[in-house]
Amino acid sequence: MATQYMLGNEAIAHACCEADLDFASGYPGTPSSEVIDTLRFQKERDFYIEWSVNEKVALENALGASWTGVRCLVTMKHVGLNVAADPLMTSGYTGVRGGLVILSADDPFAHSSQNEQDSRIYAKFAGILCLDPSNLQEAHDMMKQAYGLSEEFSLPVLFRPTTRICHSKSDVKIDKCGQEHRKGSFEKDPSQYVVIPVHTRILHKKLDEKQASLAKRLVESGYNFCEVRGKTAVITSGIAAEYVKEIIPEDVSFAKIGAYPIDSEWLKGFVSKHEKVLVVEELSPVVEEEVRQAAVKTTVFGKKDGCVPYEGELDPERTALAFEKAGFKHSKNYPHPVPAEGLPPRPPILCAGCGHRATFYAMKKVFGKSAVYPSDIGCYTLGIQLGTVDTTICMGASITVGSGISHSGDESDVVCTIGDSTFLHTGIQGLLNAVYNGANMTVVILDNRITAMTGHQPNPNTGLTAKGETSPSISLETICRACGASFVETINPYDLTSMLNTFKSAKSTKGVKVVISRQPCVIASRKQGIKRRHYTVNPDACIGCRACVRFGCPAIEFRDEKSSINELCSGCGVCSDICPKGAIIPEGN
Amino acid sequence: MTESFDLLIVGVGGQGTILASNIIGEACILEKRSVRSAETHGMAQRGGSVETHIRIDGIYGPLISPGGADLIISFDLLEALRYRHFLKEGGIIVSASGIVVPVSAFQNNLEIPSEEWILSRLEDVNLIKVDAEKAAREAGSILSQNVVMLGAASHYLPLKKETLLEAVKMLVPKKTVEVNEKAFILGFERSEQTK
Repeated sequence: MATQYMLGNEAIAHACCEADLDFASGYPGTPSSEVIDTLRFQKERDFYIEWSVNEKVALENALGASWTGVRCLVTMKHVGLNVAADPLMTSGYTGVRGGLVILSADDPFAHSSQNEQDSRIYAKFAGILCLDPSNLQEAHDMMKQAYGLSEEFSLPVLFRPTTRICHSKSDVKIDKCGQEHRKGSFEKDPSQYVVIPVHTRILHKKLDEKQASLAKRLVESGYNFCEVRGKTAVITSGIAAEYVKEIIPEDVSFAKIGAYPIDSEWLKGFVSKHEKVLVVEELSPVVEEEVRQAAVKTTVFGKKDGCVPYEGELDPERTALAFEKAGFKHSKNYPHPVPAEGLPPRPPILCAGCGHRATFYAMKKVFGKSAVYPSDIGCYTLGIQLGTVDTTICMGASITVGSGISHSGDESDVVCTIGDSTFLHTGIQGLLNAVYNGANMTVVILDNRITAMTGHQPNPNTGLTAKGETSPSISLETICRACGASFVETINPYDLTSMLNTFKSAKSTKGVKVVISRQPCVIASRKQGIKRRHYTVNPDACIGCRACVRFGCPAIEFRDEKSSINELCSGCGVCSDICPKGAIIPEGN
Repeated sequence: MTESFDLLIVGVGGQGTILASNIIGEACILEKRSVRSAETHGMAQRGGSVETHIRIDGIYGPLISPGGADLIISFDLLEALRYRHFLKEGGIIVSASGIVVPVSAFQNNLEIPSEEWILSRLEDVNLIKVDAEKAAREAGSILSQNVVMLGAASHYLPLKKETLLEAVKMLVPKKTVEVNEKAFILGFERSEQTK
C-alpha cells in the first residue's frame, strides 16, 4: 500500500493494473485520454494495448478479447460511446467471459465537448451495470472491483467518471500491480455469440432476469449507501456527492448512488422514511426519476422542479443554491462576488506556427467569405476564430454535412476540413459516399500526423503504435484514391504560393477534390527537437497595415502602429509571405 | 468541520501551472496531508486562460467557490484580475508582474490592458507582485518562472519551505534541478522584499 498524488485517470489506470488487466483499447477523447496514455507509458507492461481508429472498433476488439476469457478495458468519452452504441446495445445480450469494463467519461459543462449527454442512460438502455465514482479513491477502488463484478454477472460494466474525476488530483492509496495474467482461448458457443433472432429472444430474457439480483448485489457492495438522520434527506451521485457532503447539516439524511441499476425496494425504503427529499446530480435526472417513482408521500425536489440545473456542472456554491431553492438549510455561506468586467478574452487558439492556420488562411483567400466551410472535431475547430468553420457536429461529419449541402442546391463552394485522426475515425465512409454519389466539394485533410488535441496520441497515420513500436504509416493519398477521388493533391501549409495554386485548381474542378495539407504538429515537432529560425519585423519597412495581425498568430503583436514578433515564433515563415512590404524576415538576416 | 486551505493557480496555457500544482500536491503527500485539486487540460496548452484549484487538507470535492480562495498565485497580471473574484475577503494574490496580451486584443483592436490599469483595479486587494521573468533569467532559465512564483508564494502557503523545495527537486527535469532550486530561492527572497 502506498499513497500517491495522482490524476484521476492515472488512479483508474493503476487500478486496472492491480486487477491484472490483459487487454486495453480505446480512442482518445478529453477527459478520458490519460487512462490509456498512463497504461501505454508503463515501464513494465505485460498486457496488450492499442489506440483503435474509433470507439466502435475499440469496443468490438475488447468484446472479442473478453469472449476468450481475458480481462479487458475499453476507453472513450461520452460522445464516443455514441459511435460504439451499436455493439454496446447487444453486448449485454452476449455477455462477457473475462471482465470487460467500458470507461465512458462524461463532461458536464462541456469543457471540451460538443454536448452534455449522460452515459448512465446508455447503461440502462443496454441493461448493463454502471459504476459512478464520486471521488478519486472511490474511482480507483471501484475500477479494481469492476472486473470481478463483470465476471460475476457475465456483463460488461460501464464505468462513468466525469471531468472532475478524470482531471482532478488527490492523495490516493494504491496497491501493487497484479502478476497473474490470462491467455485467451475462445470456446465456440453460437447460442451465446451469434445474435440471430432465435438466440436473441432467449438472450434478451436472460439479460432481463439478471437485473434484480444485480441491483441487490450493488446495495450489498456498499456502492449504494444511505444514512437516516432526520425527516429530510439529500440523495446524490458522482462528484456532486462531495459537494453535498461539504455543505450538508448533520440532521439531514444522506444517500449516495454509486452504481446502477438502483434496487427500487431499497430506494423506496429510504425515501419513505422522509417528508422531503432533494436529489442532487449532474447531467440528466437519472436518479431523480427513480426517486420520484419510489416516492409515495414524500415531496421530491430536483431538476424537474428547477431546484437543480439540467445544464452545466455543479460546485459547492451551486449545490448550496439548490439546497436554498428546495428550502433546505446548509452549513456554509457563499459571498457571490462579481467577476471583473471589460477584460480582453483569452480563448484557446491555434499554436504559433500551426499548419492549420496557414491552410485556413489560404482556403479563405481562394474560396472567399461566401463559401460554406463545414468542419470537424479537433484542434482545427478553433478555425472558427478565422471564419473558416461554419459547422461542427460530431467526429467525421464535416465531409458528410458538406456533401449534404452540396446536393441541396446551394451553389456556394463547399470546402470542408477534417484532421488525419478524425478522417481515419469516421471520415473515410463520408468521402467514399460523397465521391460515389457525385458531390461537388473540396475536402481538406489537415494532416499533422498525430491526434494532437487530446494530447498527441499516435494514429495509423503517425507510424507508431500505442506501445511506441514503429508500424508502416498508412497513405492518406492511396485511401482517398481508393475511395474514388481522382483529384488528390498534397500541399505543404508553410508554402503559401503553392497552397493558393492548389486551392485555385480545386475550385475550378468539378466533383470531390481532396487536398491533403501536411505538416507535423508544432508541439510534437518541438518535442522531437526540430528547430527553425525565428522571424522578426524590420520596423523601418513595417507600414502598420495589420495584414500579419489578421493572420491571428500568437507570436505576432501590434503596438504603436507597428508589428513585432515574440519568442513564441516557431519559424513557419508564413507571415513573411503574407506581408505586402517584405518587412518580416528571418532573424539574423 | 475540517477547513481546507484553498489555493487557485491561474495563468496562460503553457506557463507551467500544472507542474506548479504538482509540486504543491507532492509537498502535501510528503507532509502526509490530504489534498484535492482540479486542473484545466487539453485545449489549455493552446494559449487559453487556465486555472488550477488546490485544496490543501481538503477532504471533499476539488472545486473552490468564488470568494473562497485563501491565496491566488497568478503567472500573469491580467489573469490575476480575471480570477480575483475567487479570492476570500482578506486573502492574498501573489502575481507575476508580466502581461501576455491575448491575441484577441491585437486581432479585434481592443484596448491593450496596461499594468497601471490592471493595478488600479486590484487596489483593494492584498497583492504581492514579483518580476518572475527577471528572477527566472537570473536563475538560469526563463522556463523556471513557475518555480519562482512558488518560491514567492511559499511565505503564504501552509507548507514548509523545505518540503516545497524537496518537491521541486522531485518533479522538475533532472538536468534543471539546480536552476529551479535557485529560481525558488530567488522567488522566496523577492517576495519577502516587497512585503
